[in-house]
Amino acid sequence: MKAIVVVRPKDGILDPQGDAVRHSLRKLGFDVDSARVGRVVDLELTADDRDDAQAQVQRMCTELLANPLIESFEIRLEDG
Amino acid sequence: MIDRPLVAVVVFPGSNDDHDAAWALGAVGAEPVLVWHQDDALPSDTAAVVLPGGFSYGDYLRTGAIASVAPVLDAVRDFAAAGGPVLGICNGFQILCEARLLPGVLRPNRQLEFVCRDATVRVENADAPFMRRCSLGQELVIPVKHGEGAWYADEGTFVQLAARGQIVLRYAEDVNGALGNVAGVINETGNVMGLMPHPEHAIDPLLGSGDGGLLLAALIDAAAAHRLVAA
Repeated sequence: MKAIVVVRPKDGILDPQGDAVRHSLRKLGFDVDSARVGRVVDLELTADDRDDAQAQVQRMCTELLANPLIESFEIRLEDG
Repeated sequence: MIDRPLVAVVVFPGSNDDHDAAWALGAVGAEPVLVWHQDDALPSDTAAVVLPGGFSYGDYLRTGAIASVAPVLDAVRDFAAAGGPVLGICNGFQILCEARLLPGVLRPNRQLEFVCRDATVRVENADAPFMRRCSLGQELVIPVKHGEGAWYADEGTFVQLAARGQIVLRYAEDVNGALGNVAGVINETGNVMGLMPHPEHAIDPLLGSGDGGLLLAALIDAAAAHRLVAA
């Protein structure tokens, strides 16, 4: 099973890295109002089924991959 | 001669102030011992633990995140739960926050620049165990050197921490965008503290400031007291 985890700064959390990216994009002439920078983690894991995989990755996110104080996460599962 | 209290300094891959911390602790009266992060126990006569500064695991994922699940952290967690004094300096503070032993989290500096200079911090709580050699409102000069030092917690937590005296040090000016200029916090019971400035680099006025020695000496006082309780 493959899983894709997308971790983002939570809404309302200041993202200085995203601000720097927005500034640079505007310097290049792009009309960008906002940029937020997160992280993608591609996982390959062993799981009984999709529910098991979902539960495992959910725990990975809360225990290590994301810090719930400042980050939100999304999990996408792909068979294969 | 009275035995010096044994202070465990944990070494992670990427720690780089471990030897400085051990040297400084020795200079102010402790018996420092370096403990490897893969160890699942602390030396049996450990009287205090220091998590030193550095860049554990290359700051991968988030600063302190990988180190916060190292085997030695279980032992540190048990030691803290038993009332043992634990101090996290810089990366050590980041690790304690990621391990949820301290409230909040350290985020990238707002200016997105590494800051490396002397900082003036004000004592907000002189009753906290590691602050007892300072007086309330005292200004200490202690160097900072970090890229991820902007402490953050949600508004409700921040207000609660301030009311309980858990915010023990604040910068006298905005150094990194930290919420409320927070430079150091303690846990609810006061025996776990983290701070971004480096007291181990400020123990001799000849090298700029001796103010950090006040914090380390108070840590050793707490270590000696804990050793008596634990014995």
